[in-house]
Amino acid sequence: MRNEMKIQFSALSQNESFARVTVAAFIAQIDPTVDELTEIKTVVSEAVTNAIIHGYENKATGMVYIEAAIEEDTIHLTIRDEGMGIRDLDQARQPLYTSKPELERSGMGFTIMENFMDSVEVISEPSYGTTIHLTKYLTKNKALCN
Amino acid sequence: MGLAVNLELKHTVLCIRLDGELDHHTADMLRSQVEEYLRKHTVNHIVLNLEGLSFMDSSGLGVILGRYKQIKSQNGEMVVCAISPAVKRLFEMSGLFKIIRLEEDEELALQALGVA
Repeated sequence: MRNEMKIQFSALSQNESFARVTVAAFIAQIDPTVDELTEIKTVVSEAVTNAIIHGYENKATGMVYIEAAIEEDTIHLTIRDEGMGIRDLDQARQPLYTSKPELERSGMGFTIMENFMDSVEVISEPSYGTTIHLTKYLTKNKALCN
Repeated sequence: MGLAVNLELKHTVLCIRLDGELDHHTADMLRSQVEEYLRKHTVNHIVLNLEGLSFMDSSGLGVILGRYKQIKSQNGEMVVCAISPAVKRLFEMSGLFKIIRLEEDEELALQALGVA
């Protein structure tokens, strides 16, 4: 059975915490480990922060859209903005690359997403926005113990 | 949940203690609080105590690296202490642990800097 939820909110930094906690609460029902829950919260935080800082350049009139779905032990996340888009995706995904060093960005957002998720797909079009599809398969070792 | 920042000067070492969540939203606040403190006080080194930190993402790495560079440019040192396994993973992923010294707790961090 597929179970889905959608949220949308203003591109404001104070909503980053709301976004990751809401997604974590939704996926908690398939019983992830504490580490898996931390990983999900971190990637949501990374993607939403990218949308706010890079997609909308901190203009709060923009909206961030999150869709989450759980299917058995698989989590699908889609995080989307309708902002300025990413011109060079390969460059953006390089570890430690940031287009905004003056804001003390670490350039680790995509690297963290790739490390914590099983698949990361980025679709971006300049002036139309960016959509990130993330998939994670939960380890269900605990179920084998029964 | 936000971030509580506690700043205490021990001799000339600034102890920064964080309690809560360090993300893009709270990183901006942390940066301005520490920068203001450094303008008003004589600080030689920084100890960053992350014992009370329940969440951190790459924005946290950015603000930590920023303070490291700031104190380094004044010939000071920064020691980070009491980091959780989750935060340690982020440090390892970014290579930050190669340039920033880590210690078990605040007392050992202060000892490492010749204070306490």
